[in-house]
Amino acid sequence: MKPLINSLPETVFTTKVDELLNWGRASSQWYMLFGLACCAIELMQTGGPRADLDRFGAVPRATPRQSDLMIVAGTLTYKMAKRTKLLYDQMPDPKYVISMGSCSNCGGLFQLAYSVCKGVDKIVPVDVYVPGCPPRPEALTEGLLRIQDKMMRERWLVRSKSQTEAAVRV
Amino acid sequence: MEPAEIFSRLEKRFSGKVSGFKADVPEPYLFVGAAAIVEVCCFLHDDAELNFEVLSDQTAVDWPKEEKIQLVYHLYSYSGRHQIVLKVDLPRVNTKIATVENVWKVANWFEREIFDLFGVVFEGHSDLRRILLPEDWEGYPLRKDYIEQEEYDGISTQRAPLVEKLLR
Repeated sequence: MKPLINSLPETVFTTKVDELLNWGRASSQWYMLFGLACCAIELMQTGGPRADLDRFGAVPRATPRQSDLMIVAGTLTYKMAKRTKLLYDQMPDPKYVISMGSCSNCGGLFQLAYSVCKGVDKIVPVDVYVPGCPPRPEALTEGLLRIQDKMMRERWLVRSKSQTEAAVRV
Repeated sequence: MEPAEIFSRLEKRFSGKVSGFKADVPEPYLFVGAAAIVEVCCFLHDDAELNFEVLSDQTAVDWPKEEKIQLVYHLYSYSGRHQIVLKVDLPRVNTKIATVENVWKVANWFEREIFDLFGVVFEGHSDLRRILLPEDWEGYPLRKDYIEQEEYDGISTQRAPLVEKLLR
């Protein structure tokens, strides 16, 4: 992440509004406390003391209304797909999605089963795919950092018309 | 009690309704006529010496070539430490059998699962609806001739071939 430029030390702090907003958002990603299968165990480990997602400002929230990031951790069945879509729709913008593990990337081991959705990207837009079965906490941390990079590139104040439309559409 | 003795007792009491006893397998089994399943189960459960307190598992197997669906009941007795397996052959179309829910309460969920995945209708069941799959699911997935729907609730069930996905 780009550090904020401190051009007048000790008194004034100059930066761009976008950068400040992005920096604030990227440093406090609240991810939804939401797990579907064995990847959720790895997600808990990532939140635990050893990998410690908390040091990037990412803490779990138990409600979609206060979450910025959805980590889809585990096998997504069709029965759960509807609920996942509903949870995603309940999250306020701007929102991001990490697809964690083979199952939510493409159905994984269970992709030939009648009840398993072939990838969470069939129902919600995905920003980062984390491969692995399940991914190690380091991999998920890397995914979170990629989301941070993406957040730092967002433009909020001045946007072209097409960008605004795209943002509204999402 | 030995499986052979269990079978001989059943045969004495329900002659003609039980058959096909096989002992030289890890879990000895016998066949029960579909119409007699409730009375046989009641006897196995209530008899003081047989005393099968538990229905450890109830499931089904689809045999499309033989045109039958086979129900399998795994019984166990904690007090007597003996077990037996009951099998019932049913036709594949219009598959119906009486429920054993009133003998073992646990059969409620087992039978809902069999109904869900094989489409076997249990007559007299108190709450026969799907247990695992969504309520608006079409078809019975564990039947061998099950064909997957093109999409479920607007979600495509098809997956692009891997190479195509890489090239995209």
